[in-house]
Amino acid sequence: MSAADPKRFDLDDATAERLLREAQEHKGISLWQDAGRRLRRNRPSWYAMVFLIGFGLLSFLAPLLPLRSPVRSNLDITLHAPTLDGGDGNYLAALDPEADSALVARQIEKDYWELSSLDHGLISLRRMIFGSWQTGHWLGTDHLGRDLLSRIVWGSRTSILVSLAAALCSLVIGVFYGAFSGLVGGRIDNLMMRTVDILYSIPFIFVVIFLITLIGDYRQVLEEEWGLDREKVFYLVIGAVFWLTMARVVRGQVLSLKHAEFVQAARVMGASTFHILCKHIVPNVLSIVIVYLTLTIPAVMLFEAFLSFLGLGVEPPRVSWGLIAVDGTSAINPLRIHWWVVIFPALAMGCTLLALNVLGDGLRDALDPKMRGKD
Amino acid sequence: MIRFLFRRLMWFVVTMTVVMSVSFFLMKNVKGGPFDTERALEPAIEANIQARYHLDWPLWKQFLHYTGPFNLDERGLAGTQEKVLGGVLSGDFGPSFRYRDFTVNDIIGQALPISALLGVVSMMWALALGVSTGIASALRRGSGVDLALRLAATGGIALPNFVIAGFLIIIFVFMIPLLPVAGWGSIKEMLLPGFCLGLVYAAYLARLTRTGMLEALSQDHIRTAQAKGLSPRTVVLRHALKGGLLPVVSYLGPATAGILTGSLVIERIFFIPGLGSHFVNSASNRDYTLAMGVTILYTVLVYSMNTVVDLAYTLLDPRIDLAEEA
Repeated sequence: MSAADPKRFDLDDATAERLLREAQEHKGISLWQDAGRRLRRNRPSWYAMVFLIGFGLLSFLAPLLPLRSPVRSNLDITLHAPTLDGGDGNYLAALDPEADSALVARQIEKDYWELSSLDHGLISLRRMIFGSWQTGHWLGTDHLGRDLLSRIVWGSRTSILVSLAAALCSLVIGVFYGAFSGLVGGRIDNLMMRTVDILYSIPFIFVVIFLITLIGDYRQVLEEEWGLDREKVFYLVIGAVFWLTMARVVRGQVLSLKHAEFVQAARVMGASTFHILCKHIVPNVLSIVIVYLTLTIPAVMLFEAFLSFLGLGVEPPRVSWGLIAVDGTSAINPLRIHWWVVIFPALAMGCTLLALNVLGDGLRDALDPKMRGKD
Repeated sequence: MIRFLFRRLMWFVVTMTVVMSVSFFLMKNVKGGPFDTERALEPAIEANIQARYHLDWPLWKQFLHYTGPFNLDERGLAGTQEKVLGGVLSGDFGPSFRYRDFTVNDIIGQALPISALLGVVSMMWALALGVSTGIASALRRGSGVDLALRLAATGGIALPNFVIAGFLIIIFVFMIPLLPVAGWGSIKEMLLPGFCLGLVYAAYLARLTRTGMLEALSQDHIRTAQAKGLSPRTVVLRHALKGGLLPVVSYLGPATAGILTGSLVIERIFFIPGLGSHFVNSASNRDYTLAMGVTILYTVLVYSMNTVVDLAYTLLDPRIDLAEEA
């Protein structure tokens, strides 16, 4: 160990090469690998993720499933209790493999709403696989005799889409705002964060209700001149409300990263700004962004349900969980208890939101071990 | 303290200016006024109505008249004596555009006490349930009780409150006829709506209390208190609770805002004639002045509640310096 004996550190070429090779083979565990491992060890979160992926697939493939029409009502079987046998009261002519394409198109228009071409493809695939067979009223029917199972599955599409789109909207605004504020710093940062504070203290729901009612009047203008239909406006409005927390969190993270030692070390080692941004800043900010995204989605879903309750959400014939839950709640009456219209939508919604919350908590624990167990 | 309050007041002025001007100009830009009916009105009648509500004035003048504090109307409102003061700043929200014979102040005066009572009841539910379950699950950490309570709390957060209200109505009104389904006035009628409204916040408060209590219980002075031989009850109630409830106090501000918002839904389900249902109706009826009045009122409430909470926070935790916080 003493300096007097420099020879001790001399290595012959073979050993040196071996050591170098070993060093190259040794791979550090990246943030993501580490997080993945921790997430897998957190059983509830892992199950929540599997459940969500499964449910997402199910709702994406809804047109492929042999479900009844979520829209067509049948007043003979209103509020029918769940039953296992088929019954043909709600038979779709379009499902007949022999039906000609014009009839099919018309029928689909009537039994669903405007669907994308992908969904049309999935429906014709369904006709090939299942023919005219369709499920019975396994979860019962609602007050207009519409099949509850089908409504829940189709409704999940709208709900998931709305919450994803709105969460992404809030993500884009929040990340840009927060990152800019944190990077620039100084007076501008102060001003921008004060603005966020002001917006925080406004009861936003009122503004949103206001905005959505107002948008009703401008519908045509928006649709013709800006290409925005009601749903897109909806995403934008909700996104515009939910970005505040994201902006704060991102700004905090950027501020602490800017002066973090490993960033300075990278700079000393001669890394370019671009390299630092891609390799150090973005991954670190990304982790916290993902966590907040998973926590924003359930919030947006609840908000959608809330707006649907007030009659400001998705419009029929489209369905969303909020609308189904509202229908269920309004079907409550003292004479007969139609438990299925309340319980099943609530279960679907509750399970998904629960899974999202659990996954969000788990991701936060996995990505930020310091935060473990703190709420 | 004074400095902190002063700064808050300054930001309050800014916030209110933003809220008032944004909502005012949004409203004024809507097509279709509050007096649009199926039939077209006679031009003379329409002009009369326009003049009555000053819709014929230039926008800036309408805005100034609305905000006050000076009444810009030289004629004085029809049927009322001349006033010098007027507008929101003097506490006058103007006439309702839809309920012809009422001013916004009349309507708010009727509805606010109801909503406030509902809010207080649900806040009491939330605090009682949330804090006690939070303490229970912190004291029995890892046990079945803890797990069950945490699961219930997450469930409470995950379901929309109108669904929970539906369940509870089925159970407590129809299956076990204990409570009335709707109405307002007696204590029995307040229990269910208050519970439904408070449940979500009870769930949040339970989580916060649990975390706060766990942290407080692991601190040195608690160990000292236990070593002195104090009873577990004294240790928890006297020493741990004070520190453990800090996160709860800071959540009260957002919780108030949330309860105000949630009341929109609950008041509709239970047919309670409160401010929330008025707001939703006014927005869809285009009763501009009423909608704005409610928005402004809620902004003031939320803002002052947040300020009170911040003040209370410093009283409980002397380590926090208000001057820096502001």
